[in-house]
Formats: sequence, structure tokens, C-alpha cells
Amino acid sequence: MATTEVNPAKTVPSKLVLEHLSKWFRTSTLTVHALDDVTFRIAEGEFVCLVGPSGCGKSTLLNIIAGLERPDRGLVQADGKTIVGPGPHRLVMFQEASLFPWLTVLGNVLFGLKLINGVSAEERREKAEYFLELVGLKKFMHSNVHELSGGMKQRVALARALAPNPSVLLMDEPFGALDALTREQLYGDIQRIWSQHRKTIVFVTHNVREAVCLGDRVILFSPNPGRIREEFAIPLPRPRDINSVDLARYSTEITRVLKGYVQTEVAG
Amino acid sequence: MIARWLAAGLFFVLLVAAWYLAVKAHIWSPILLPSPISVADYVKSAVEDGTLWEATQVTVRRLLIGYGLGILVGLPLGLLTASSRWCQDTIGVLALGLQTLPSVCWVPLALLWFGQTEAALLFVVVMGTLWSLIIATDHGVRTIPPIYTRAARSMGSTGLHTWTHVVLPAALPFLLSGMKQGWAFAWRSLMAAEIYVTILTGFGLGHLLHYGRELNAMDQVIGVMLIIVVIGLAVDKTLFAPIEQFLHRRWGTARQ
Ligand SMILES: Nc1ncnc2c1ncn2[C@@H]1O[C@H](COP(=O)(O)OP(=O)(O)OP(=O)(O)O)[C@@H](O)[C@H]1O
Ligand SMILES: [Mg+2]
Repeated sequence: MATTEVNPAKTVPSKLVLEHLSKWFRTSTLTVHALDDVTFRIAEGEFVCLVGPSGCGKSTLLNIIAGLERPDRGLVQADGKTIVGPGPHRLVMFQEASLFPWLTVLGNVLFGLKLINGVSAEERREKAEYFLELVGLKKFMHSNVHELSGGMKQRVALARALAPNPSVLLMDEPFGALDALTREQLYGDIQRIWSQHRKTIVFVTHNVREAVCLGDRVILFSPNPGRIREEFAIPLPRPRDINSVDLARYSTEITRVLKGYVQTEVAG
Repeated sequence: MIARWLAAGLFFVLLVAAWYLAVKAHIWSPILLPSPISVADYVKSAVEDGTLWEATQVTVRRLLIGYGLGILVGLPLGLLTASSRWCQDTIGVLALGLQTLPSVCWVPLALLWFGQTEAALLFVVVMGTLWSLIIATDHGVRTIPPIYTRAARSMGSTGLHTWTHVVLPAALPFLLSGMKQGWAFAWRSLMAAEIYVTILTGFGLGHLLHYGRELNAMDQVIGVMLIIVVIGLAVDKTLFAPIEQFLHRRWGTARQ
């Protein structure tokens, strides 16, 4: 397996550009300033992890990149073009369960594939089975969604997001519902898929260790309003083991910073 | 499975036995409460001379046409009211209001507009079905968790594709219960119409019921009522139940 030691942000053109993004949610009872002046770039093939307390706008940011939500201010571009709507090149793996209960597991994975032109039925089927195999659920392809455990559903959602071969994968706390062992297995899978298929991945998590294990960069957010607080480059060789000592050093450091500003926030 | 069938069979046997005993006890005049045997005799003779078969055909044909029209118009209108605020404020409010109107209330108007024709009967059936179908469809579409359409949009689904591949299937459980309710309403309105509207183009079950009353033939009245119940049950078990079972299996909503 290839090891990536250089930070691709410095050598490759930007895949995603976000400049001075702001977003407000206005409801009848209150106005929430979800994102405030968020600016960053993500290089092609980069793996970026977003970390921050609950409510700091991480999901909102992913939705904006996906084109499902519009920013109130600022610029968001993919491949140099302003994002005006969703597209199969930027797929989201949602935080909440989003599999379609009226389709089987296979039907769910096929859904996105059927929306791509020029793929024959056999090819679709092959791809769907390949990705189900990848997440270890080929045996369950004819099962109904409600017959799967929470973690299995997340794996199907991962297969569904991977199958149309998007160049940008937006993952919103995808492994929140999984046990530690399955997670570790999927960390390996994700890193392999990422390096083999050269995907750009934006990955939201609450778990700092997970972020350090996966990301080329870890971006820390703070809430009220959602802002970028700090950025950390993680120049560790890959594939990374979540239990390694080097990794622990980074995650301890980041956790310290995170705790620091969460506490000042509470104190203030 | 067999035990369930046996239990159900026993229940109905007991029911008929109780009926028989009540007749034997002479509590009510046999003119008001005929014995199950005379009802069975009526049904037998009506089956043999063909009146029952013909009336059933006439009624079911009207039912299917009226119900079909109701669905054909009601489903799209329900989708419209769920997707556009303007349609909701207009068609939606109209449907909500007219839905509360018992379908028999359409009979005088239908008679004045269409006279004693087939069209009058169909009109009443459509009016009886349409509004509740619009409401059910509208409700079904509104109840869909937004995450489904978001997920579909993110995968590149738009417009018509989203409607046919996401909104409709996601709303299917609600659509089905709406269609079941619509079917019951269609029956109700057709029977009301047939009892009140005498026409020469076809003699339906409602007419048989009506003439049974005119002739004081209680065995005919009860016999026809039984037939109506049996048809209703048969349609439920053969048409709706399999779809319902499929939905329960897929969605995991079945109760064991
Ligand atoms: N559709 C919406 N309507 C109103 N407010 C919203 C909406 N979506 C998000 N918000 C608000 O925006 C803020 C950011 O929400 P978001 O879901 O992006 O947070 P998050 O960082 O993903 O949190 P978590 O880690 O808990 O998932 C929250 O305060 C939330 O209340
Ligand atoms: Mg979130």
C-alpha cells in the first residue's frame, strides 16, 4: 500500500474552496448563527477531518458543500465552479439513518448507480455487489433495511455513498453507532479506498483520535457562532493504526486545545 | 395456522347457530327476522336464476369504474396539494370540507344534473371516493421524513424521478390506507346511490336490496347484505391484504 508522507494540500490544486461562508437559521422562535466567516481549501485527494462540539455547524457545512443548503454569505466552489446544487460527484453519508426502507439493501446501493448515465445493468449490479462485499454485507444484499443492526445500516450507507464513485465524499459522523472493533476495521477500509480511488474526503467526527487516525488535516470548530478555531496537519505515515503512540501524541494535543476553548466558552 | 382457521370457522358457526336459535325462540316475527335457512334458500335461488350474479357484475363494474376514476384524479391532486402551498389553500381546503359531506348527500344533486342515468351513479361514487383520497395522499406525502428526499437529491435525483422513486414509495403505506378507506367509501356511496336512484341500464345489488324492502322480502334483504359483506371481505383479502403484508415485511412494521 502506498504511504503518503507529504501534505497534498501543498502540491495539488484545490478541489473545494470555501471563502467567508456564513449561514443563519431563522425559525419563528430564534435565529441561530450556524456558521461565521468560514474559510478553507481542500486539495484534490485530501482527507480532512472536522472536529468540534455539538451544534457548531459541522453538518450544516457538509450540507453546503453537498449543495443541499445555500450559504447566506460567501463562496463555495468545487473544481473551480460555484456549487449551486447537489451532484453525484459529491455524495453525503448522513449523520442520521437515511436508507430507503422501501428498497432492499441491494436496491439502496443501486439507487445512486441508476442515476448515472451510461452504466449497464450488469455493471451496476457488479459495482453494487463489489461495494457490499467491501463493507462485509454481501450476504445481506436481499435483506430488508429494518432487518439490519444500526452498524450494518451505516455500512450499507457507506456502500451506497461509495458505489457511484464520487470524487468528493462527505461523511457526517459515519461511525457513531459502531462498536470499536468494526470501527477499526472500517478505518482500514476507508484509508484503503481513499488511497486507491483518490477521493477527496471531508469527515466529521466527535472523536479526536478517529480524526487524527484518518485525516491529513484536522480542523477544529467552536460553536456560537460556528467558526474555525485551529488547524492541525497530521504528517503521520499511512496506513495508520488508531492505537499507535505517535497518533496518541497528536490526539492528546488536539484534545487539550479543544478542552481549553470549550472551558473558556463555559466560563465566559 | 390451522388452529386460527378452526377458531374463526367456529366463531361464525356459533354466530349462525345463535341466529337460528333466536328465530326458533319466536322472539321476533319471522317476517322481521327470517331464519338462516330461508336466507340461504333465497341466495340459492337467486344464484340459480342468475339475478344475483348479474346484479353483482353491474355493481362491481360501477364500483371499479368510479373508484378507478377517484384514484386517477385524487392521487395527483393529493400530490399537488402536498407540494404547492397554493394548491393546499385551494384544492386542499375544498377536499377537507367536502370530505365531511356524507356521500348520500350527493344523490339529489346527481339526480338533478344527470337524471336517472349511469352517470349519476358514477358521479356519486367518485364524489364519495375522491376527497378522502386527496386528504390521505396529501397526508402521506407530508409525513415522509425529509432525510429521504435529501439523500435522493444528493445522489442526483431531481423532479419527476424524486416523485416516482422516493416520494411515492415512501408514502406508500399511507397511500394504501387511503385507498382502502376510499374503497370503503366507494361502496358506501354506490349503495346509497343504487338504493335511491332507479335506472334501467343496470340492476345492481343496491336495487335488489331496495326491492327486497318494497316486497317485504326480509330474506332477500339479509341475503343481499351478506353478499355485499362477502364481496367487501374478498376484495380486502385478495387485493389489499397482500400489498399490506408486503409493506409490513419491507418496513418492518408487522406485528407478530
Ligand atoms: N434546519 C434547521 N433549522 C433551524 N436550525 C438549524 C437547522 N439545521 C441546523 N440548525 C442549527 O444550526 C446549528 C448547527 O447545526 P449542525 O447540525 O450543523 O451542528 P453539528 O455541528 O452538526 O452538531 P452535531 O455534532 O450535534 O451533529 C445548531 O444550533 C442547529 O440548531
Ligand atoms: Mg451534525
